Amino acid sequence: MTRIALTGRARLRLAAALACATALGPTLASADVEIEYWQYVFDARVKAMDTLIDAFEAENPGITVKQVTFPYADYQTRVVAAHAAGKGPDVVQLFYGWIDNFVDGGILQPLPGDAFPASAIEAEFFPIVGAMKRNEQYYALPTAVRTMALFYNKKLFAEAGVAEPPKTLDELVEVAKKTARHDNGGNLVQAGIALDIARQDHHWWRTILTAQYGGAPYSDDGTTVTYDSEAGLKALDYYLALQTQHKVGKEGFMDEGQAAFRAGLAAMVVDGTFRLASYGTIGSFEWGVAELPAAADGTRANYASYFANGIGASASGEELEAAKKFLAYISSPAAMELWQKEVGELPARKDVAMTEANLADPVFGPFIRALDYSQTTRFVDEAAQRQIAIDMVNRALLQGQSPADSVAEAAKAEQALLDRHFAK
Amino acid sequence: MTPSDHSGGGTGSLRLWDRLSVTTKQIVWAWLFLAVPILFFGVVRFYPTLQAFWLSLTDWDLLNEANFIGLDNYRKMLADPLFWQVFRNTFAYLLIGTPISIAISFVIAYYLDRVRFLHGAIRALYFLPFLTTAAAMAWVWRLFYQPPPIGIINGFIGMLGFEAQPFLRSTEQALPAIMVTAIWAGLGFQIIIFLAGLRAIPTTYYEAARVDGLGEFTILHRITLPLLKPTTVFLVVFSSIGFLRIFDQVYNMTSNDPGGPLNSTKPLVLMIYQTAFSSYQMGYAAAQTVVLFTILLVITMIQLWILRSR
Repeated sequence: MTRIALTGRARLRLAAALACATALGPTLASADVEIEYWQYVFDARVKAMDTLIDAFEAENPGITVKQVTFPYADYQTRVVAAHAAGKGPDVVQLFYGWIDNFVDGGILQPLPGDAFPASAIEAEFFPIVGAMKRNEQYYALPTAVRTMALFYNKKLFAEAGVAEPPKTLDELVEVAKKTARHDNGGNLVQAGIALDIARQDHHWWRTILTAQYGGAPYSDDGTTVTYDSEAGLKALDYYLALQTQHKVGKEGFMDEGQAAFRAGLAAMVVDGTFRLASYGTIGSFEWGVAELPAAADGTRANYASYFANGIGASASGEELEAAKKFLAYISSPAAMELWQKEVGELPARKDVAMTEANLADPVFGPFIRALDYSQTTRFVDEAAQRQIAIDMVNRALLQGQSPADSVAEAAKAEQALLDRHFAK
Repeated sequence: MTPSDHSGGGTGSLRLWDRLSVTTKQIVWAWLFLAVPILFFGVVRFYPTLQAFWLSLTDWDLLNEANFIGLDNYRKMLADPLFWQVFRNTFAYLLIGTPISIAISFVIAYYLDRVRFLHGAIRALYFLPFLTTAAAMAWVWRLFYQPPPIGIINGFIGMLGFEAQPFLRSTEQALPAIMVTAIWAGLGFQIIIFLAGLRAIPTTYYEAARVDGLGEFTILHRITLPLLKPTTVFLVVFSSIGFLRIFDQVYNMTSNDPGGPLNSTKPLVLMIYQTAFSSYQMGYAAAQTVVLFTILLVITMIQLWILRSR
């Protein structure tokens, strides 16, 4: 190794030169720009994004996209902390429910109207994308959307002599009774339906069952809790009866609902498109997907959600231009088709999703048909609102509180949360 | 090489250094070496601690500028039923966990000290959990506590003909269930320290006592326990701080619903974590941290005072 001796003055001069080079870097090296794309760790998503990035870089020489990922549990914190430190990503993925936090916190900049005109977005994307609009401006666009459906284990259905998945909520109870099994001590050893309020069941209760019983979880403007109603209570009664009265499922059975289904110890589970990739690796039995059961009067409902991509507030100049190109690319029909194939999530553009082939597909069909009657519930603090639903169910299950009192207490707590948010 | 070799620059400084006495020089050198860790602690530990005190008086939410709001965070905390539940949980971990873990580890160490056969192997077995990652252990225990058909403990209970227990899914059983794992995890360390303390007691005391015809219980009561006091003080303080700061076990064993059903297992540290990194109420979280700091300080002081050598 050779050592170069520098006098104090020479060292200073070098440092100054380096500082200039760094400051002028983007302008001098105009051909090459690197942007950062952030999303959370989920194998299928990361791989699909790698494929998209490769294709994008081939089409746009001079732009490099660096994918940065974090575990889901830390993801939001990382984005917020990086923003606080002034080092945010150029293109960032976010859950639609975080949009208020991200817009209020100045993490996102509005999508530039020249590249993403609102009229085009509204004509081409599903209306649920409207949740990304604040102050007449769009802040993010999804590649894919997710809806929920009933997954069922064909092997357990056959063993119990069940020919087809339940079409109504009452049928669901009957099928669950036929497929649930208990040991001599009365312990559940095979669930008719896997129940997991912390995962998807709080959506099933809140947005879907409440609507099917004729109510709505929140007022249209999202500022008032309205599930403290006959509909919300009936929905909770139905949900709780599955474990208390019919004993066809149990919170905590096999630790997690999806684990119970994967292990072949649950005949049904309510879950989303995002689980397709994971259930796709099940080798020990065949499973099928059906639209969520309708209410007795035929009312259907579903909960659609999505992760969207927005442009970070700090992106400017060349990086902003590159970010715009990249966002347009990952929101293109081609990207959506790839995403559906690799991740299993539904295209966010109507004409890409609603194809003959998709609607007739035994797996995608039930999810895509649900897009017609899906609701996207607006959350202000998804984790806290979910916790309120978890506590509501636990009070009734573990402390013997009446469902009516428990719904009322949950509604009160959630209203306080909404009030705090909208008072800001 | 003497220090003066380095200061070859000016004769003035050389003369000043030479005029110092040997003791003073030693002190200067001591401070020079101490300066590095002190600087490190100052920047990495004490500065953030002071910063936390300031933050607790603001409404900082990570995204917006912090505004001074006086004692609002503390007022909010005192009126928050969740805080009081978490406070009770934290003290349950401390008041039940510490005495039980100290008692068990002393008994084991006391008898292990007399065992010659496989002494090293047994000691290693007790110490093993201490070397394992708390998160990994928590997940293993989480599996043990599962309801039928996969929970090992419930499988055993079922075999004996008893009803399955909900453990982590119960508001009454969840906290004790987690405490058991925390006690088990810390046992190895405490046993090793007790063993060292027992070995440090001169055997001549015991010989003299036996010559005088004292019984085993009297020896334990009059010689062993009093002479073990410094070890016990250390372990009580150490274990108390550990239980007051419990987090890994709770978080990993109840990650579906962090803090157990209806917050039945949530300790203060988990509440601080959620307030800060899930709700982004940094100011409120800092206020909770200040409270935890005060509790730790007061309890440590009280313990040192009670167990002081007279």
